[in-house]
Amino acid sequence: MEATFDLTVIWAGIIGFGLMMYVLMDGFDLGQGILFMFAPNEAARDQMMNSVAPVWDGNETWLVLGGAGLLAAFPLVYSVFLPALYIGVFLLLAGLIFRGVAFEFRFKAKTSKYLWNWSFAAGSTIAAFAQGAVVGAYIQGFETEGFVYSGGPLDWLTPFTVITGLGMVAGYALLGSTWLIMKTEGEVQEWAYKLTPPLLGALLTVFAIVCVYTPFVDPYVQERWFDNISVIWVIPALTLYCAYLVLRSVKKRQDGMPFVASMGIFLFSYLGLLASKLPYIVPPKFTIWDAASSYNSQLFLLLGFLFVIPIVLGYTTWTYWIFRGKVKATGYH
Amino acid sequence: MELDPLILSRIQFAFVVCFHAIFPVFTIGLASTIAGFETLHYKTGNPVWQKLSKFWIQVFAVVFGIGVVSGIVMSFQFGTNWSNFSYATANFLGPVLSYEVVTAFFLEAAFLGVLLFGRDKVPQGVHLFAAIMVATGTFISSFWILAANSLMQTPQGLELINGMYFVTSWADSLFTPSFGYRFAHMALASFLTAALVVAGVSAWFVLQKRELEANKKALSVALWFLLFLAPAQTVVGDFHGLNTLEHQPIKVAAMEGNWERDTNVPLLLFAIPDKESQTNHFEIGIPGLASYVLTHDWNGEVPGLKDVPVEEQPPVFIVFWSFRIMVGLGLLMIGFGIWGLILRRNGGYYQNKTFLNGLRLMSLSPFVAVLAGWVVTEVGRAPWLIYGQMTHAQGLTPSLSGGMALFTLIGYVLVYSAVFSAGVYYLLQVFKGGIEKANAPHELEEVERPMRPFSAAHVAIDGEA
Repeated sequence: MEATFDLTVIWAGIIGFGLMMYVLMDGFDLGQGILFMFAPNEAARDQMMNSVAPVWDGNETWLVLGGAGLLAAFPLVYSVFLPALYIGVFLLLAGLIFRGVAFEFRFKAKTSKYLWNWSFAAGSTIAAFAQGAVVGAYIQGFETEGFVYSGGPLDWLTPFTVITGLGMVAGYALLGSTWLIMKTEGEVQEWAYKLTPPLLGALLTVFAIVCVYTPFVDPYVQERWFDNISVIWVIPALTLYCAYLVLRSVKKRQDGMPFVASMGIFLFSYLGLLASKLPYIVPPKFTIWDAASSYNSQLFLLLGFLFVIPIVLGYTTWTYWIFRGKVKATGYH
Repeated sequence: MELDPLILSRIQFAFVVCFHAIFPVFTIGLASTIAGFETLHYKTGNPVWQKLSKFWIQVFAVVFGIGVVSGIVMSFQFGTNWSNFSYATANFLGPVLSYEVVTAFFLEAAFLGVLLFGRDKVPQGVHLFAAIMVATGTFISSFWILAANSLMQTPQGLELINGMYFVTSWADSLFTPSFGYRFAHMALASFLTAALVVAGVSAWFVLQKRELEANKKALSVALWFLLFLAPAQTVVGDFHGLNTLEHQPIKVAAMEGNWERDTNVPLLLFAIPDKESQTNHFEIGIPGLASYVLTHDWNGEVPGLKDVPVEEQPPVFIVFWSFRIMVGLGLLMIGFGIWGLILRRNGGYYQNKTFLNGLRLMSLSPFVAVLAGWVVTEVGRAPWLIYGQMTHAQGLTPSLSGGMALFTLIGYVLVYSAVFSAGVYYLLQVFKGGIEKANAPHELEEVERPMRPFSAAHVAIDGEA
């Protein structure tokens, strides 16, 4: 079939958008889980959970949509990443399952509440770590033979990916704490204000390590950033500016700004990552065009996605709108 | 001992998919049941139907919630353990599975919330419409899943180029020769599941003398459905079997435990098929009946397992016995349908304790029958992953080691045991709460509490509610 549009680029845009939505949106509710056991008391935990309960599964929609779209549009990514990250994928799913059911059962539990607390906290932290390790593994690249992953079972687990994993835990915790600043008042909010600067510090430390380390191990990235100084240097500058905004707004005790600026940090580091790697989607060998499925299949599914993405976006917006404002401290049964 | 990643991956997939399958097969039928109750309430205005609907919506919400969680794991299995298969079929499987996700999200975003929480907030007609749309949506979802499975059984409409399939016709690849039979067979199975669970739970309530009016009505409706659907399922199953005979003769040979291609083949009631010695032990059969059932001729020719080399034969013992479990339970269901009809004359269907206790047990039978049926069709396809084209071994992830596969197999068993025993336990609490709790003013919440699928159920998981 004659291609009039390059659907591969359109699909890269869709998947890229879906993943970004996922990271931004599920990040802050995973963050609640990461901070959960450090909360000052049980009432604060109730409030934390209530602050994300109506929206978290809508947030995870983007992960499922992105995952399914990946198999359809870029099957090579699916068939290399999942075998390469085999154990990591299991941990991610187990984590997401445990925290997911904790949402359901903690509300219904009386005597067994502490079990669901731990289920929520451990599940969220493991899921966040696994996602960070996936990003690290993507930066590292994958050993392939033909179109098949040929590395070992634990190639994804290196000191570097452990650092990116921890970075993701810190980052999601930051999104979580700034979300709490925006959605709560009183004791919980004050606690979240105190948490935010150290979490930001931890995240920036990991960034520094990644930024120094990556160009050293990957000549392609080095070329991108250092061979001719280009417009992409705006991205890290904006990331740092967002970090500054977080600190300043926390100091001024502003409500909404810390969260918005934290999302900015994530958005710009995500763009920075794409700027380093694209068009390589299964580094070091394969670009988005190598990994793409047939034009016919991309087109067939595109029709469905063009229909459903606006609906999911609309539904999401509506849910957040209904749920705007502060979460009350009282009112939990 | 050398661990075989192939066997372990197959066990893992079987475990995960069996665990998953019991939830959708129930929700599909239950969604239609609820739509039915809502329609009856809308038409007659009799509040009994609404009472019933409120209760079964709670059950639906919980089962749906568990099914979604286990479904997510399914969608990753293809990539982690069967990456060669996923890559080769991605041009077809990717869009088809994605469309299932798209359907599910659309359904959830647009109608599920209205059905679960909107009763007092929208006009009755809108609520009914939402119930019907949710029921329709579950069928559209199963359309995609069964289309994907049917392609693996009776592939067509694809072309293999350099190790990757390309879709030459979407219509041919979605509507393969076995699709229609499989869809009808599964749809009836879902309805039967809902009918038997509703009958069993209602029978239990009737025995306890709880909400007699509503539960007697539900029991009566469920028994009518059972009476007609169970025989209909036998007919559809027979057609499906003939279709399998045409396209996958070796599967049928395994179902019948028939080794030599022959005429006038007996229908075996009992046998111990032995693949090693290529024969059966302790055969008891009805002469000529298998020939008659399969070809509608006492002297019809039935394919034999020895038509193909040993390595292309499926595990005969498993297929043979799963088939008998499925058919046996089907016959039992027909029996209960007829028994219910006989008891109808003087209201015995809600008074006869033996019958009611029998129905309680029968509420588990459709789940066993459905799983047995899937085992027949999936194991019967072995060693093929895509029938006649790609074997399980070829579809496996090349980098997968036995140790990794064992690790995740144990992991999934542990995670599922923990999570789903909690889910099933909670479901039992909802059953115990019954219609009374579903219709009582909610004591548990209704403060500023976010709505979750489980929020539709107003029961505590532990302690006193």
